[in-house]
Amino acid sequence: MSELTANHDEHSHHPTGIKRWLTTTNHKDIGTMYLVFSLIMFFIGGAMAMIIRLELFQPGLQFVDPQFYNSMVTMHALIMIFGVVMPAWTGFANWLVPMMIGAPDMALPRLNNWSFWILPFAFSLLLITLFLPGGAPAGGWTMYPPLVLQTGAAFPFLIFAVHFLGASSIGGAINVLATVFNMRAPGMTLLKLPLFVWTWIITGFLLVASLPVLAGAVTMLLTDKFFGTSFFSAAGGGDPVMFQHIFWFFGHPEVYILILPAFGVVSAIIPTFCRKPLFGYNSMVYAVAAIAFLSFIVWAHHMFTVGMPLAGELFFMYTTVLIAVPTGVKVFNWVATMWKSAMTFETPMLFAIGFVILFTIGGFSGLMLGVTPVDFQYHDTYFVVAHFHYVLVTGAVYSLMAATYFWLPKWTGYMYDEALGKWHFWLSTISVNVLFFPQHFLGLAGMPRRIPDYSVQFAEFNVISSVGGFVYGLSQLLFVYIIVKCVRGGQKATDRVWEGAQGLEWTLASPPPYHSFNTPPDPSTIDGGVR
Amino acid sequence: MNTNLKTASRLLLMALFMFGFGYLLVPIYDILCEVTGLNGKTGVVQAEYTQSVQADKTRRVKVQFVTSVSAGLPWTFRPVVRDIEVVPGVVTSVNFEATNLAGTPIIGSAVPSVSPSVASKYLNKTDCFCFVRQRLEAGEKKIMPVAFIVDGRIPKHVDLLTLSYTFFPALKS
Repeated sequence: MSELTANHDEHSHHPTGIKRWLTTTNHKDIGTMYLVFSLIMFFIGGAMAMIIRLELFQPGLQFVDPQFYNSMVTMHALIMIFGVVMPAWTGFANWLVPMMIGAPDMALPRLNNWSFWILPFAFSLLLITLFLPGGAPAGGWTMYPPLVLQTGAAFPFLIFAVHFLGASSIGGAINVLATVFNMRAPGMTLLKLPLFVWTWIITGFLLVASLPVLAGAVTMLLTDKFFGTSFFSAAGGGDPVMFQHIFWFFGHPEVYILILPAFGVVSAIIPTFCRKPLFGYNSMVYAVAAIAFLSFIVWAHHMFTVGMPLAGELFFMYTTVLIAVPTGVKVFNWVATMWKSAMTFETPMLFAIGFVILFTIGGFSGLMLGVTPVDFQYHDTYFVVAHFHYVLVTGAVYSLMAATYFWLPKWTGYMYDEALGKWHFWLSTISVNVLFFPQHFLGLAGMPRRIPDYSVQFAEFNVISSVGGFVYGLSQLLFVYIIVKCVRGGQKATDRVWEGAQGLEWTLASPPPYHSFNTPPDPSTIDGGVR
Repeated sequence: MNTNLKTASRLLLMALFMFGFGYLLVPIYDILCEVTGLNGKTGVVQAEYTQSVQADKTRRVKVQFVTSVSAGLPWTFRPVVRDIEVVPGVVTSVNFEATNLAGTPIIGSAVPSVSPSVASKYLNKTDCFCFVRQRLEAGEKKIMPVAFIVDGRIPKHVDLLTLSYTFFPALKS
């Protein structure tokens, strides 16, 4: 707000070159850095996935040794979760939340800069373990003791990387929450907020409440390994199963941290291309809040097979299945928005519709996994792998793609190449199903996850899955090409970009000025811009 | 600006509280396990208790013994009898045998567990080698006793209990 008094708000005064990016406190710059970082990590994590699919192309051990394979599985998960999806959502929040609520910037710009710049250091710590004696962490991203305690020199690197990632995410979450609570434009009441902002409020609380628990759990691992405590060591009176409880107390809210902002994005895109307000705005908000609350009391459904009493298994089964109700409300509302509307199918809409259909498939397999008696069959099989890739790749990642195509013209001032965007969508959608759908069958037939070799009976489905994987991986290069092309130029985008776009960010120029909303927007523009 | 810092510090406080809550889960977990017997942790009772328990002569419960030695401990460890039928309420004594195969003395400690977990709180030990650390000299073979009593209130459907022991190298403290 000092910009107001300093009277230079129309210009973009900032250092140039590398110093601009190192010292920037501008929400748009930081948002861009988060998104570029996330895209780079997407390809590092993706390369690891390619190694995994290459090794699984045939039964037997061909390309990598089992220890390295396990490192790939572990690092792929850590990178995709903490390096791709979480930073990407923080990046979108940075770019969009101030523009959506009519604020000049984030509430705590310096914290914002720190939160971002922790990330490259955290991932340097994590990635450098690939070159350490004993290799990278290979005990799975869930870090279960006692296995994880056998990690070699990489162990402290893993723990401190997780600490840093947690600190970065909590910093980002605090910033978004402070921005939304304190810096909304006059007239922007809570129930007028765009759903992306709402889902980020809830995500922010989930981050602040659950990531410290993970920090505690990995600290316990660290002291167990190096300082003689016995939190998880049976020899000293501890219990390794307790780690699973603490981990999943964080871990289940974490999966909603990854997906709730996706709900917000899809709730913005579908009404735009349906040219019609979102069906059931209030119920969407309540559904997100209900999902967030339930996420804290369902954690043990990840560990039905550890030996819980019947009462516990029933409790966690019922609460888990209950989550289908608010989720069903959301899917119903998206479909109801499309009902009898004048739909067009630009790339963001294609990805959003792909999200609704494919995420729902992932939701259904989640329901199956949530039912205790059958979970005993599915536990730790490829069925679980198929499930969480449907909700994370065709869920979270699809919505990230949709959001990128949706807001990219606003950010760059140029339209992306629509034909190439459609190619990207169709290549991705066909290949991702070829990649993950057969894994359901593999899991039901009993193929275990996290194993580099498998019985020959699983060979055919694995070939299909690997071919899908390679095509999906290559298709994402097209995504990078489209983004680079769009940043460099193209057809000029209008301010509103999309005919049906609603919301304050579309009232700004494309691209928006470096400092936007130095004076709050006219309250009369707000009401129309919300639903 | 002040309101932003106020909001941020409240949220930071919440994060710190949740960090502490993560640690609080440890005693909560222990208490839950103790109350419910969920992780198979057995009870320990005083000698006077054994006199007050009424023997139920009409019931028999079979108790199996399972032993294992953790990696890195060069011991053998086995029960002298594999299983035994006991009368609930009557103190029973059995022996276990451990041998140190190494050329140096080693201290080990045994961790018990009972399954099924619903029955674990009804199996009470009055004496056990697992109460203290065991030191075995080089090549020493040691017979170690366990005295236990199965509570007569044990649910009717439980007629088989498994008592397992795992020997770990004693942690330095």
